[in-house]
Amino acid sequence: MSILAVQDIGIAFGGVRAVDNVSFTAETGQVFSIIGPNGAGKTTLFNLVSGVYRPKTGQVRLDGAEVTTLEPNRLAERGLSRTFQNLQVFFRMSARENVMVGRHLKEKRGLLAHLLALPSTLAQNRESAEIADTLLARVGLADYADTPASSMPYGALKRLEIARALAADPKVLLLDEPAAGCNPVETEEIERLIRTIADDGVAVVLVEHDMKLVMRISDRVLVLDQGRVLAEGPGAEIRSNPKVIEAYLGTHGTREANLALD
Amino acid sequence: MPALLSHRLAVPLVIALVVVALSFALPSNFYLRVAALVWISALAVIGLNLLMGYAGQVSLGHAGFFGLGAYAVAVLPAQFALHPLLAALVGAVICGLIAFVVGRPILKLKGHYLAVATLGFGILIAMAISNEAWLTGGPDGMPVSRMTLFGWRARGAETWYWITGGLLVVGAWIAVNLVASPTGRALRALHDSEVAARVAGIDVARYKVRVFVISAVYASVAGSALALVNGFVTPETANFMHSIELVTMVVVGGMGSILGSVAGAAILVVLPQVLTAFHEYEHMLLGLMMMVIMIVLRSGIVPSLAALIQRRRK
Repeated sequence: MSILAVQDIGIAFGGVRAVDNVSFTAETGQVFSIIGPNGAGKTTLFNLVSGVYRPKTGQVRLDGAEVTTLEPNRLAERGLSRTFQNLQVFFRMSARENVMVGRHLKEKRGLLAHLLALPSTLAQNRESAEIADTLLARVGLADYADTPASSMPYGALKRLEIARALAADPKVLLLDEPAAGCNPVETEEIERLIRTIADDGVAVVLVEHDMKLVMRISDRVLVLDQGRVLAEGPGAEIRSNPKVIEAYLGTHGTREANLALD
Repeated sequence: MPALLSHRLAVPLVIALVVVALSFALPSNFYLRVAALVWISALAVIGLNLLMGYAGQVSLGHAGFFGLGAYAVAVLPAQFALHPLLAALVGAVICGLIAFVVGRPILKLKGHYLAVATLGFGILIAMAISNEAWLTGGPDGMPVSRMTLFGWRARGAETWYWITGGLLVVGAWIAVNLVASPTGRALRALHDSEVAARVAGIDVARYKVRVFVISAVYASVAGSALALVNGFVTPETANFMHSIELVTMVVVGGMGSILGSVAGAAILVVLPQVLTAFHEYEHMLLGLMMMVIMIVLRSGIVPSLAALIQRRRK
């Protein structure tokens, strides 16, 4: 059984079907990528799956249980985590604290113990900080631990969001354009990172514009166009699919596309 | 030294040192009394700062809770012969409960809408206090009986200076504990990005209500303390202008700064006293100085100065 199964999901905004009858499954240990031209509905699909939007049709199953109308925090409790295309970083907090927030569900949350700074709270703070430091090192941000997020560069913030999402020990991780705006070196680091995350037994669902990255890293690829599934399959199959190339570049772009992808 | 200053307990320690040092420096009972008023306001402002500065939720009705706390130590001992300390505790519990019930629907609102809703709540409390004259003495206010503890009567400026100073230090200690805890991180997170906070598993609605309740209890305790110090309560403690004053103290001192809360309270309590020397220009000067402070130190006195010192060091 798939860890994440999305079936016939759809939503409309003012008559426009932003996502229309989309189905897919994501498997533990694999990278599942969603691609498509601008406005195809990729981020909307993410918002539906992660509970930010409520779907009009269809359902989402997480680890076998129906979770379609659950709030994002309830989904987080069940092991779904995500990052955002437009950065959603806690800018007034340090990098370490950002990742510590990701530990929220694993932390002891007794209010009285927090108000009185009981030893249990101090021990909890230390534990969360240690885990945060480990994760920051893993995404290559160890040097930024004490830096306020507001003074970190863009590429670093992208990885900070990944570290924060990983802090929750997710079973399913949705990454919304993690390499957008990153230079080739950073992109390569992110690629390696995503691969290790999947190898650790997380189902990674990736939205990404960098085609080379997608083709190298993905076990399977889903192509969205105008809210609908255009194609789904292994990367090699997708890149030679004439419908896909047409959606991206128009009918005349086929030859150029093949050149670009090689 | 910098490591020492950034320790969680540095802030309550600094406040404690200031309280002790000032007790030697202040020449007369008049000054001790003004200082006690600063400590009381600072306590309420710390609570409001947890709500506004850390969690990013505005309240323009916080004097309502302050007034309820004040009237609790006036009404409950008079009507039910409750001990003032117990009355203050009951007042705090009532404020917490009201905040819990009101907070749930109100805190779904954002920005200006939340401001107007809390403003309405504050006005409601103030109206109730001045209308229920049989209980509260109406617009004239009512006397508060002196507090006695094991036969010892709390009276005199110096006694209250130490009691209110102690309350402030404890309040600051609890506040820094909260800010540095998982709850504090959740509050600061939902301030910056609600959607990211929710995705991280934070029950945003619950945490907003939590901090609203906590800040209401701070205001209530401060109100009780003021009533006991003055030996008298008036509906002005609960009115709109007082709510605005508390918000101003938060902003002038610095949003998200516990030390700033004390600085903001000190400025807005002490300045009017100093400016009385200028007679009819008093209010004009106060307004002008506040404008200048906000223009020059736009993130509030303490955060702006801290940033300035840090830049100098580099």
